[in-house]
Amino acid sequence: MNQPATRRVIVDPVTRIEGHLRIEAETDAEGRITRASSAGTMVRGIEIILRGRDPREAWAFAQRICGVCTLVHGIASVRAVESALNIEVPANAQLIRNLMIGAQYIHDHVMHFYHLHALDWVDVVSALKADPKATSALAQSLSGYARSSPGYFSDVQKKLKNFVEAGQLGIFANGYWGHPAYKLPPEANLMAVAHYLDALAWQRDVVKLHAVFGGKNPHPMFLVGGVPCAISIDPQHPGKGKGPHFHGGNSGTALNVVGLQTVQNAINQMREFVDQVYVPDTLAIAGFYKDWFKQGEGIGSFLTYGEFPARGMSDPSSYLIPSGVILDRDLSKIHPIDLNAESEIQEFVSHAWYEYSVGKEKGLHPYKGETKLDYTGPKPPYQQLDVDKDYSWMKSPRWKGSAVEVGPLARVLMMYAAGHQQTKELVGMTLKKLDVPVQALYSTLGRTAARTLETKIIADAMQGWYDQLVANIKAGDVKTFNETKWEPATWPSHAQGVGVTEAPRGALAHWIVIKDQKIDNYQAIVPSTWNAGPRDAQGNQGPYEAALQGHQLHDVKQPIEILRTIHSFDPCIACAVHLTDPDGQELMQVKVV
Amino acid sequence: MKHAQQPDILPGTVGEGLAQRGVTRREFLKLCTTLTALLALPPSMAGAMAEAISKARRQSVIWLSFQECTGCTESITRSHSPTLENLIFDLISLDYHHTLQAASAEAAEHAREQAMKDNDGKYLLIVDGSIPMGNPGFSTIAGISNYDMLMETARGAAAIVAVGTCAAHGGIPRADPNPTGAVSVGDIVKDKPIINVPGCPPIPVVMTGVLAHFLTFGGIPELDAQGRPKSFYGETIHDRCYRRPFYDQGKFAQTFDDEAARQGWCLFKLGCKGPVTYNACATTKWNDGTSFPIQSGHGCIGCSEANFWDAGPLYKALSMPVSATTSMLGAAAAAGAAAGVAVTWHNRSTKAAAKAAHEKMTVQELSREEK
Repeated sequence: MNQPATRRVIVDPVTRIEGHLRIEAETDAEGRITRASSAGTMVRGIEIILRGRDPREAWAFAQRICGVCTLVHGIASVRAVESALNIEVPANAQLIRNLMIGAQYIHDHVMHFYHLHALDWVDVVSALKADPKATSALAQSLSGYARSSPGYFSDVQKKLKNFVEAGQLGIFANGYWGHPAYKLPPEANLMAVAHYLDALAWQRDVVKLHAVFGGKNPHPMFLVGGVPCAISIDPQHPGKGKGPHFHGGNSGTALNVVGLQTVQNAINQMREFVDQVYVPDTLAIAGFYKDWFKQGEGIGSFLTYGEFPARGMSDPSSYLIPSGVILDRDLSKIHPIDLNAESEIQEFVSHAWYEYSVGKEKGLHPYKGETKLDYTGPKPPYQQLDVDKDYSWMKSPRWKGSAVEVGPLARVLMMYAAGHQQTKELVGMTLKKLDVPVQALYSTLGRTAARTLETKIIADAMQGWYDQLVANIKAGDVKTFNETKWEPATWPSHAQGVGVTEAPRGALAHWIVIKDQKIDNYQAIVPSTWNAGPRDAQGNQGPYEAALQGHQLHDVKQPIEILRTIHSFDPCIACAVHLTDPDGQELMQVKVV
Repeated sequence: MKHAQQPDILPGTVGEGLAQRGVTRREFLKLCTTLTALLALPPSMAGAMAEAISKARRQSVIWLSFQECTGCTESITRSHSPTLENLIFDLISLDYHHTLQAASAEAAEHAREQAMKDNDGKYLLIVDGSIPMGNPGFSTIAGISNYDMLMETARGAAAIVAVGTCAAHGGIPRADPNPTGAVSVGDIVKDKPIINVPGCPPIPVVMTGVLAHFLTFGGIPELDAQGRPKSFYGETIHDRCYRRPFYDQGKFAQTFDDEAARQGWCLFKLGCKGPVTYNACATTKWNDGTSFPIQSGHGCIGCSEANFWDAGPLYKALSMPVSATTSMLGAAAAAGAAAGVAVTWHNRSTKAAAKAAHEKMTVQELSREEK
């Protein structure tokens, strides 16, 4: 008897993501995935660069871990320093951070849906066959979004037609157009292409919120102890007309009456697009792909650190998104997390290109984490990796030994399990509208739908934070910065702390050790490491690898099924692979300042 | 119904595409006027520019991403004029770009190879991210090392644009102690024209402006000693900062939310690197002219300068003495003094006026000023 034909399907580059990801999938003779391996193929080493520097400037370095989720590492970094030095930030600074983090979610999730994920479900070429009138009728049946006339869709289609006929397909070249896995009718495809373009225009306007508070986007500015943008308004002195006086004539700062109006406009634009375009599009497209509510689950266990405090980071009970762990789909119990307990969060390097002094089988808590670059993979150019040995620049993080999924699905489940009313209503509405059972959440499209629903929840919360900020200013509170611990001379000789946030892609934490006013150790465990990391010492898969298990590939040359599930996690690989830490000094001359 | 087929529109060109897409010549001229402003050209050049661009096929562009964070790509999506849609649907053919392209895996690599073959010697190569020389396994795409992919793709390129401080100067991966042996594009490619567009990330209009120049003239703009286009990197942030008058008057914020900070006084004592940073943030500003770091209360971190990560503590005031020629003068006089420093002639007066009055100035306004 012949051995069953197996095949290795290699997806590299995985495009429409952040960073450099490679998937190697072994399939059986029928094209079903029997084992998948997820590899990060780029390393920079930002933590080693951080050592010896001023902790107050760590945020700027850490922020460059990623330019897509462009503020999350800045936030985690300033919170880590504030945690180590016991700094409470003023209420206004907390509100401004909530607004900035919220805006990041909304911007990032919408761009992910339309510009990174959509082409897995939307056949651009099929849109050419659509009837603009029918497309208009479809769009108007879904929402009250204004740009929905037959003429509008006709124009978009005309543009697309000429673009395709000109023969230079640019970013659309070599897409899997016409693949039988595409199920949308031409009208839905045309509507989605139109919204792809609308979302491009929308996103560059709504990030003005970041520009007001942080000076620019990408990579806005942050500050240990608060936010850098002083409020240029003096509530005690009324200006001309009814409004408050703002400082300095036509000088002052960006956070004046004009800046606040820019923020309000951005919030309005966000809510409008989420309600009128993003949510209805998600539900409409998902309705054609119900098979994808039955596969792509991953691990079935979930972790969140929590986000959006109402009363400061030191009071987790005030977070909008709670912190905790859900194991094996059991929503009746949320397990608490202790970020400082050495037995809870650990990273393993059993299949990663690093060495551990304690041997490759043992895990290490981030405070004691170590990372020595040790590339043992094939010499480039190579055809395939040896996935039985080391195969990734990502480590394998585990909570009490368990692999867990982080991200939108984890957060929605956590809010759901904690009894958050709006979450329960939105999840209920979604399941009912799509006529799928609650188990459908544990799937590729469950993850994608969860991302949409949490965007709605956060967009609705934005107005409350903004109103509170304006109320504080009107009441005379313009404090944005706590300067009591700014001078390093006020610090103890040794301090350590952990800063957490929920990044759009999931739970993010930075651990810092400060010695003699300098960074002695810096470690980050980021969302895509939790999700995309390789197998651990016991051979347990990470979420990407587990989610791909059993996928049936229609055509191994066009592995659209792999892309659908991987994109549902929204990979961010520059984030996931940034780790090298000071213990690598034997290998790589570390500057000691 | 197609729009008027002007006799000078050739088949298969940008001009034909624009006409078919219903973009009128008037609209296209308007876009070109914006581009002339970006390029510091006299607005009268807009006609010639429209002619040059509309006779060409859409320029093939291959964008390679190495040791990077995708911040440069995110930044170009924020470009308001021209927009990313203007660029990729009307002006260029973005044949390879990991974050945006539909195809993955083999199909993606085929797109790159096809574009290289079809446009040999003519395509524009854009690179973001540094290249690790410590070990080829530190960064690979499709199993190919970054070094090999860069050298292979550079061979048939007409020119290379190194966007972002990582590609232009090595950036954060190269910061001390440079764990992966990261280098810039210019460190290893020696036989091609290279335009460095530093910034972490670069300002969107600076990237699109450089592209517009290449589309118009098929060549590279005038560069300074560090390979940067003079029109955007000719002056320091400090020289063009709206808070400069406070510096000249000796009015400084002492902390981040004192009364002086709220009044918008100078951030020099809080570590602002504006005096030693050459970039256009203070004039074009960010995100459609909304703000820039100093306006939002944080000193400039100097992100467009080579090796800025190792150039000194972020929050320590510069120790360099500021020379008499740039320290003693008021707003209007300072603009005059700086006139010798490669200021583009046509927007000089606007910049000075904007600084004096602290009005935000966008490229659109720049072009309006000249009409």
